[in-house]
Amino acid sequence: MGVEIKVDDLSKSFGKDLIWANVSLTIPAGEVSVMLGPSGTGKSVFLKTLIGLLKPNTGSIVIEGLDIASCSEKELYEIRKLFGVLFQDGAMFGSMTLYDNVAFPLREHTKKSESDIRSVVMEKMELVGLVGAEGKLPGEISGGMRKRAGLARALVLDPEIVLFDEPDSGLDPVRTSFLNQLIIDLNAQIDATFLIVTHDINTARTVPDNIGLLYHKHLAMFGPREMLLSSEEPVVRQFLNAQRVGPIGMSEEKDADELESEKDIEMPPLPPIPMQQEPSNGIPRRSQREPGAWCREHGITPPPGSFEENMPMATGA
Amino acid sequence: MSTLTASRVFAPIGTAGSLFAFALDVLRNLFRRPFQLREFLQQAWFIASVTIIPTALVAIPFGAVIALQVGGLIQQFGAQSFTGSAAVLAVVRNAGPIATALLVAGAGGSAIAADLGARKIREELDAMMVLGIDPIQRLVVPRVLACMLVAVFLNGLVSVVGVSGGYFFNVVLQDGTPGAYLASFTALAQLADVWQGLAKALVFGMIAAIVACYKGMNAKGGPKGVGDAVNESVVITFMLLFVVNFVMSAIYLQLVPPKTG
Repeated sequence: MGVEIKVDDLSKSFGKDLIWANVSLTIPAGEVSVMLGPSGTGKSVFLKTLIGLLKPNTGSIVIEGLDIASCSEKELYEIRKLFGVLFQDGAMFGSMTLYDNVAFPLREHTKKSESDIRSVVMEKMELVGLVGAEGKLPGEISGGMRKRAGLARALVLDPEIVLFDEPDSGLDPVRTSFLNQLIIDLNAQIDATFLIVTHDINTARTVPDNIGLLYHKHLAMFGPREMLLSSEEPVVRQFLNAQRVGPIGMSEEKDADELESEKDIEMPPLPPIPMQQEPSNGIPRRSQREPGAWCREHGITPPPGSFEENMPMATGA
Repeated sequence: MSTLTASRVFAPIGTAGSLFAFALDVLRNLFRRPFQLREFLQQAWFIASVTIIPTALVAIPFGAVIALQVGGLIQQFGAQSFTGSAAVLAVVRNAGPIATALLVAGAGGSAIAADLGARKIREELDAMMVLGIDPIQRLVVPRVLACMLVAVFLNGLVSVVGVSGGYFFNVVLQDGTPGAYLASFTALAQLADVWQGLAKALVFGMIAAIVACYKGMNAKGGPKGVGDAVNESVVITFMLLFVVNFVMSAIYLQLVPPKTG
């Protein structure tokens, strides 16, 4: 049953370049959360800070009572065993076969026999659909396969927290939706805390329980999926609906003139909120909420047409 | 503006500091268990395989040049009988360790920097840290030890090949007498020379490996960054080696009195 990540007043800068500041959020245990943001807003930096690969300038990240931002190197290596991380390109070890790659954490951290290792590795390989490719080198397979192999390696130590760095970048839409289904099924199966960093809106709209949006060097909003999808906040609205009208410009932020000229243009109405993707076996996940529950609780009327089965995916106006 | 120039001026000191800190990290991790025997053997074999042939090929002309230069000079002094001794001294004391180090840095170190640099930009090192494994213990320590081991053996190879090369040139081309060449071996040279040659090779191998690993692990900016890291590691290693060689030679000459008679 996953672990909560409590981030408080985090800020990070490289030299004089501020990446983001005042990021405070709690990623709930066992739930699927997505961190969104325009390109170059430091989403990957946020992820690397969470696992202690980068030190934040201020703030704290508390996991199981340990502050990652200030703990010792030794404690850091210990707490990292709770994590499984899927890197953007899979980050497979180029000199090892896929099998050895996935077996690597087991061989380093456990005293399991080779036959035990084999059964665990093959189980994870089957989970990501890579049976038959164990003997290949990472250089010999496609990007999508590398990603799935990376996922198998991330899961092999049964992590409590799984972080995904752009699982959908470079994948075609079909593979992306398979991967999303896999993420949901995994969450149902292992109940770990999931955090997905992405800028794919379809993923963000249909997969997670919670959405966060990083924009203009701060965390614009973090909350339940339905809260953000029904939000009237211009930045959130623009991004989640992939529109040109709104405060986000081509380069970071629009200037005053541009915003002025757009003042009279109405933002298009909010598209309907889609159903959340469900586990393929039909048994609801532990952290899954009933569709529309949040909206009802908070007295918000979702946009017309929300939560209907077989609704077309929103791809922007 | 003044702070900007100041930070530019002091930047190299920062780099030197972090290189030194990295070396201390490596030193501390030397004693951490489990020792990565497999990686150590693989690396030692790899470094040996890329350095043995070039080292032998470099050592022959190295010995020959010393024989020619020193031989000529010594002939002018009228001390032909000491040619062998001079060649042994030059090869064993300095040329051996230096040639070894240049090849370990140029062939082995550049390969290490390229390998670790590629792993760094492919996020493999990050992945390793996230899997709870310290790359310094897992990758760097075995490479440093492998480089030191191979450097010591290569030093032996250079000494033997260099001295034989010198013998060949002296006896065959400069009409020296084999007996005189061999007999004078021990006239000036002593056993301590061999030890200090080995010690130098050990230290040079360590420096080459640590610089290569440091540069590789701090590569950034895509494939070009890897190229830069390799280039910088070779240049920095060469500069360090000559300075350290000078210091170690000076200390040795103070500690061990030259043999007389």
